[in-house]
Amino acid sequence: MSRYLINTLRFIGLLALQLLVLNYIRINGYINPYIYILFMMLLPFGIKGWVLLLWGFVLGYTVDVFMATPGLHTGATVLMAFMRPTIIRMSSGAQQSENLFEPSLSKMGINWFFSYSLSLVVIHHFALFFLESFSIAQIGNTLLRTLYSVVFTQAIILLLMFMFKSGSKSAERRAL
Amino acid sequence: MYNLLRFLQKYNFVFLFLVLEVIAIMMLANSHTYHRSKIINSSSSFAGYMFNFRANFADYFTLQHTNELLLKENAELHRKLEYYRKQQFPVDTLYSKPDFDYIPARVISNTVHLRNNYIVIDKGSRQGIAKDMGIMSSEGVAGIVTGVTENYSVAISLLHKYANISVRFKHSDQLANVTWNGPDFRIGNIVDIPTYVNMKNGDTVMTSGNSFIFPEGIIVGTIDEPIESPSGDMNAATLLFATDFNKLKSVFVIKNNNKFELNNLNKLRPDE
Repeated sequence: MSRYLINTLRFIGLLALQLLVLNYIRINGYINPYIYILFMMLLPFGIKGWVLLLWGFVLGYTVDVFMATPGLHTGATVLMAFMRPTIIRMSSGAQQSENLFEPSLSKMGINWFFSYSLSLVVIHHFALFFLESFSIAQIGNTLLRTLYSVVFTQAIILLLMFMFKSGSKSAERRAL
Repeated sequence: MYNLLRFLQKYNFVFLFLVLEVIAIMMLANSHTYHRSKIINSSSSFAGYMFNFRANFADYFTLQHTNELLLKENAELHRKLEYYRKQQFPVDTLYSKPDFDYIPARVISNTVHLRNNYIVIDKGSRQGIAKDMGIMSSEGVAGIVTGVTENYSVAISLLHKYANISVRFKHSDQLANVTWNGPDFRIGNIVDIPTYVNMKNGDTVMTSGNSFIFPEGIIVGTIDEPIESPSGDMNAATLLFATDFNKLKSVFVIKNNNKFELNNLNKLRPDE
C-alpha cells in the first residue's frame, strides 16, 4: 500500500476510534483518553515542517468540529506538531531526521518510542486542559487531569502500537 | 525587503506555527456563542448525521432504563392531571394558550467531564427551537440553548462556566443562584444566599421563574451541605443535582410563549 493510502486510513481510523468509542469512555467520571494524536506521532521523520503543522491544524480542527469545541484541540495539536522535531532531535540525534521512515516500535525500539510518545502526549494534554480551563487559578486541577489522562492515553497508544506491530513487519517483508 | 523575505523563509516553521496557533486561540476566544453555533452550522449535516448514527446504536443499550423513566414520568403526569381535574378551572375561551410549551428532544451528544460542557439535541429551528430556551430532563433542569441550526441545537449544560440559574428554596421561598465549578458532575454550588436564611440538608431547590427561561418550580436539586461564610456576607451551599447528567438521553425544550411580550415589557422600564 502506498504511504498516502496508509496515512489516510490511519487518519480516518483513529478519528473514528476517538469520536465514536473513546469519547464515551469516562474513567472515574471525567478522565478521557485522546489517542487521535497518535496520527501526528507516526508521520514520517523527514516530513517538511509546514506539512507537519498543517496536518496538526487539520486533525485538531476536525476533532473540534465533531466535539463542538472550536480552537481547543486545534491549538493543542498545532503546538504538539511544532514540538515534534525538537523532541525527535533530543531523543535520537539529528541524523535520523533526514530519512523517510515512520517512527515505529519495531524500528526504533520500545524505549525510544515510549519516551518519544510520552513527551508528545504530555505536551498535547497539558496544552489541551490548560486552554480548556484558561486560568492560572485552576492550575492544580489542570495538572491533575493532565496526569490522569496522560496515563490512559499513553497506555492505549502503546497497546495500539503492539497490536499493529506484527502486521507492519509482515507488510515490510512482503515489500522486500 | 529581500532580507525580510529571507528571514521569513528561514524561520517559516516558527511563523506558520504562530499563525496557526493564533487562529486557534482566536477561535477559542470567540467560541462561547458565535463560533460554536457557526462551527455546528457548517458541519451540522455530517457531524449531526454521525452523532445520530451512533446514538441510534447506543440507545438500544439503555432502553430498559429509558422505559422505566418514561413510566415514572407518565405516572407523575397522571397524578397532576387528576389534581387539575379536581380543581375544575373555568374554561378560558378568549386566551387559552399555555404559558410554556414543552418540545421533546433526544440528546445526541453530551459531556460531563470537561470544564465547560455542552449538550447537542436533535431538534432545531424547524421544530420551533430558538436561542435562550431552557432544557429539562424528566428529573430536573438540564441546560440552556445557545445555538440553533435547522435540525440541531447546542446548549450549555448546567455544568458550564456561564450557566447561572436563579433558584428559590422550596421551604423559605428565598432566592439564590446555582453555578458549577467542577469537577464532579453530580455536585453544584448555590451562591448568594442571604445569611438569615436557614438551610437544612436535603432541602429542595427549584427554579425561581425570574428569568423567563424556566417556569417556576422545576427541581434543580437538593442541598447537600451548607457552607457558612466566614466574613458573614453571603452564605453558600453545595447542591446535589436532580438531573443525572451522565445519563441524559431524552429531554424537553421549554418554550416561553410570552417571551416576546415579557421582553417588550422589560424595555418599558425607565432608564436608571
